[in-house]
Amino acid sequence: MSNAPVDTGRRRFLTAATAVVGGAGAVAVAVPFIKSWNPSAKAKAAGAPVEVNISKVEPGQLIRVEWRGKPVWVVRRTEEILANLATLDDQLRDPASVEEQQPAYAQNAGRSINPEFFIAVGLCTHLGCSPTYLPDTFGEQVEGVPSGFFCPCHGSKFDMAGRVFQGVPAPLNLVVPPHQYIDDNNVIIGVDQGDA
Amino acid sequence: MVKNIVDWIDARIPMTATYNRHVGQYATPTNFNFWYFFGSLAMLVLVNQLLTGIWLTMNYVPTAEGAFASIEYIMRDVEYGWLLRYMHSTGASAFFVVIYLHMFRGLIYGSYQKPRELLWLFGMLIFLVLMAEAFMGYLLPWGQMSYWGAQVIISLFGAIPVIGDDLTLWIRGDFVVSGATLNRFFALHVIALPLVLVVLVFLHLIALHEVGSNNPDGIEIKKNKDENGWPVDGIPFHPYYTVKDIMGVAGFLIVFCYVLFFMPEGGGYFLEKPNFEAANPMKTPEHIAPVWYFTPFYAILRAIPDKLLGVVGMGLAIAVLFVLPWLDRCKVKSVRYRSMVHKLNISQFAVSFIVLGYLGAVPATPALTIAARIFTLTYFGFFLALWIYSKNEKTKPVPERLTH
Repeated sequence: MSNAPVDTGRRRFLTAATAVVGGAGAVAVAVPFIKSWNPSAKAKAAGAPVEVNISKVEPGQLIRVEWRGKPVWVVRRTEEILANLATLDDQLRDPASVEEQQPAYAQNAGRSINPEFFIAVGLCTHLGCSPTYLPDTFGEQVEGVPSGFFCPCHGSKFDMAGRVFQGVPAPLNLVVPPHQYIDDNNVIIGVDQGDA
Repeated sequence: MVKNIVDWIDARIPMTATYNRHVGQYATPTNFNFWYFFGSLAMLVLVNQLLTGIWLTMNYVPTAEGAFASIEYIMRDVEYGWLLRYMHSTGASAFFVVIYLHMFRGLIYGSYQKPRELLWLFGMLIFLVLMAEAFMGYLLPWGQMSYWGAQVIISLFGAIPVIGDDLTLWIRGDFVVSGATLNRFFALHVIALPLVLVVLVFLHLIALHEVGSNNPDGIEIKKNKDENGWPVDGIPFHPYYTVKDIMGVAGFLIVFCYVLFFMPEGGGYFLEKPNFEAANPMKTPEHIAPVWYFTPFYAILRAIPDKLLGVVGMGLAIAVLFVLPWLDRCKVKSVRYRSMVHKLNISQFAVSFIVLGYLGAVPATPALTIAARIFTLTYFGFFLALWIYSKNEKTKPVPERLTH
């Protein structure tokens, strides 16, 4: 055994180097643990488009279909409902749908391709509850607006184009999913208009 | 013979010394009152939750397809399954009753003040882990309220700017709450969080026994010791307080068993009615509310008409409790010797907390939302006012010895 004096600089360097290499190893080992929480390949593959027949939807009626595990609404709007939409602009956060909550082809007054049918993901943009459709009693929430959507969780309110009212927790309009009409009676949800 | 065995063990691990340090010769103030039952009761409920929880996993199926049916199976077909399940679900609510009273005790007698800051912080961490544990446990029955409650709480993380959406996706492991979410919550609920909880309880006790228990007078009994170094106002924990705590356990069990056998659903507050319907990702129940122990914080979330600020407000309502030892700048601990302002402030805080709890449980109407905003302000007002007046608070003289 040598009795050479302790080289503290060298000892410090070796300690630091060991700590750095060990730390890098610990970070590397954390990666699989964290990554394994991401959606699996199976979950990602489950997002296939769905086809909906809308010919049986009555005026004022809402039907729900499932797309990527989420509720998607199809609502048939009457002339009165559409006429009422235009009168609400000053009560809404984003009346002109500036925020990209819809595909470009639905960035219009009714937030739809065909104004008669409103198609939206039925999840509140606040915390993801599914708002309740109030076809007749929405006036209790917003005076002078007979129909709309009311979120039972935190009281957010949306008009019949899924546009959010002011003074509620939800920050954004409801999401309009990509969709296209195959013919007058059938819609595919999950495929953009123009895409094959 | 027994002595030989004990000596043999003591030569290898400090068994007798540890027992004396923490039980046999742990000096406890002589004047503990009703409020001092809840620490030991929290331990009792923890043991109840661990035991019944382990037994429940023996028949529970943690999949989206099997979870709801397996709970019904436990309730109907497993011998005494209903009892184990109700002990666990009632135990969850009892845990929060006991913990809230335990925290209130700390609040009124200044048990968070120097030198017990770390003790308080460990306690707050226990509270935080307990909330996570309760939340994840509530998803497991896979009922309507389980599902939509989880949807809402996970979405809270979506309010964080930039990373929010990816974070919620990562937590759920799917684009919506699904079987993947259920499985990971099960793993966290039965393994990860209970381990953390037990370690934190251990640290909480070690921290308590290092600095010694506070008491209703808020006087340090260690400052006044006899010639043997034993505090003159102290008695050994065993047998004096073990006997007292057993009294508390008896009283607690009477109430607990009444709920367990005669109203296990707790009037729809312990087990909510929509949860008797299997999870349906297409439809939110008419009125969703969290279980009662989350409602005060939920009311704060709902009161603030902005997504990010609402989440921040709710987080702050809990975070501000962590820094309580540094917000209170008064040197007198117990409410008995503090100013009228402080007494009123604590009273209004207790009222605010209870009213917020009520508001968070009922559907939001415009009038109630305004009420929730007012009580959110008074909730936070407690801490602000405390910080301001505690600096130069007019207190009463604190006695030298404990009073009874």
